[in-house]
Amino acid sequence: MKCTVCREPAVIDLRRHNSNFCASHFTKFCRDQTQKAIDEFDMMTPADKVLVAVSGGKDSLAVWDILLDLGYAASGLYIGLGIGDYSDESKRYAREFAERRGAELIEIDLPAEYGYDIPEGSRAARRAPCSACGLSKRHLFDQAAVDGGFDVLVTGHNLDDEAAVLFGNVLHWQTEYLGRQHPVLPARHGFPRKVKPLVRLGEREMAAYCIVSGIDYIVDECPMAVGNKHIGYKNALNEIERTSPGTKADFYLSFLRKAASRFAGEAEESRDGLGACERCGAPSTADVCAFCRLVERATSARQPVELTRKGS
Amino acid sequence: MKLRHPTREVEVPGPISVVKLLNRLDLNRESVLLVRNGELVPGDAMLDDADLIEIRPVISGGAE
Ligand code: SF4
Ligand SMILES: [Zn+2]
Ligand SMILES: [Zn+2]
Repeated sequence: MKCTVCREPAVIDLRRHNSNFCASHFTKFCRDQTQKAIDEFDMMTPADKVLVAVSGGKDSLAVWDILLDLGYAASGLYIGLGIGDYSDESKRYAREFAERRGAELIEIDLPAEYGYDIPEGSRAARRAPCSACGLSKRHLFDQAAVDGGFDVLVTGHNLDDEAAVLFGNVLHWQTEYLGRQHPVLPARHGFPRKVKPLVRLGEREMAAYCIVSGIDYIVDECPMAVGNKHIGYKNALNEIERTSPGTKADFYLSFLRKAASRFAGEAEESRDGLGACERCGAPSTADVCAFCRLVERATSARQPVELTRKGS
Repeated sequence: MKLRHPTREVEVPGPISVVKLLNRLDLNRESVLLVRNGELVPGDAMLDDADLIEIRPVISGGAE
């Protein structure tokens, strides 16, 4: 198999694009697709101060690498979730990458700074682990972005992630979520702008990007993710993709072009009436925001812990 | 050949192409990458008995 561009031996075949690439044309392809998403959705410019949410996994390290190569001054933010070996190892990959690229890595440690870890928090709040985790991460990302004066918060969500979320939202006709599912969320009420520059690239492509770029990332799955619905949706879509390459991209990207705006009204309504959390000041519809309630429940059985981040 | 991730030994006589190996193991090409002796290889690459093969899963599961 030869590279579609230079006829050298290919390292990957992308059936959806009817293309094969050598390592250097594949990295260029990933950069071009990222730039295309940034331009198409007006995500950011190199003048913006960019914060990348980094997990130590393939997607977040790849997007960070690509943005640095595209000339963005991008810092990373790593949150230690206290999920045993998985967290220790993922932190090591995040640090190694930052050091290798000479980029700034901001670290927040949930157990040390807030007094709970994800397994505890999830039990105490009677939430699924990924729900407690997502709530914690969203809050800490927002806060760190606002505190650090960043213009935009980047996450590594890729095409497969977004297609799987869309699939789940459509299966249950979650119209409010459909209205909000856009690769750019504008800044408002103390939230930073949030963007997903990898929405044109699949999960397989991001893993391949890391391999050919020599980026070590945590391959093992977070132990909390086992058997969740999201993986089931991804597998179902990949079964379709197996026989009809391009279906995932068409499902998600055509949704954005043709259907998303029809649900925008519902998302607007649910976002109205945001006040500020009386404890942390974050935007919230309740007096005390969901994050502060989670911290309270997760730590109430133990020593009282300050509810604000130490040192800020 | 030896397979990593998860580590196991399967008896698949080479030479065999990546696509055929994945079909044989009932793996979806969308969900894995094939790394031979540390290098990424495409679907038509021929694998030999002496190769160390990693079939790397690419699907991650976090709902966030
Ligand atoms: S899989 Fe769930 S618990 Fe694990 S890091 Fe992702 S969101 Fe958090
Ligand atoms: Zn080439
Ligand atoms: Zn709060």
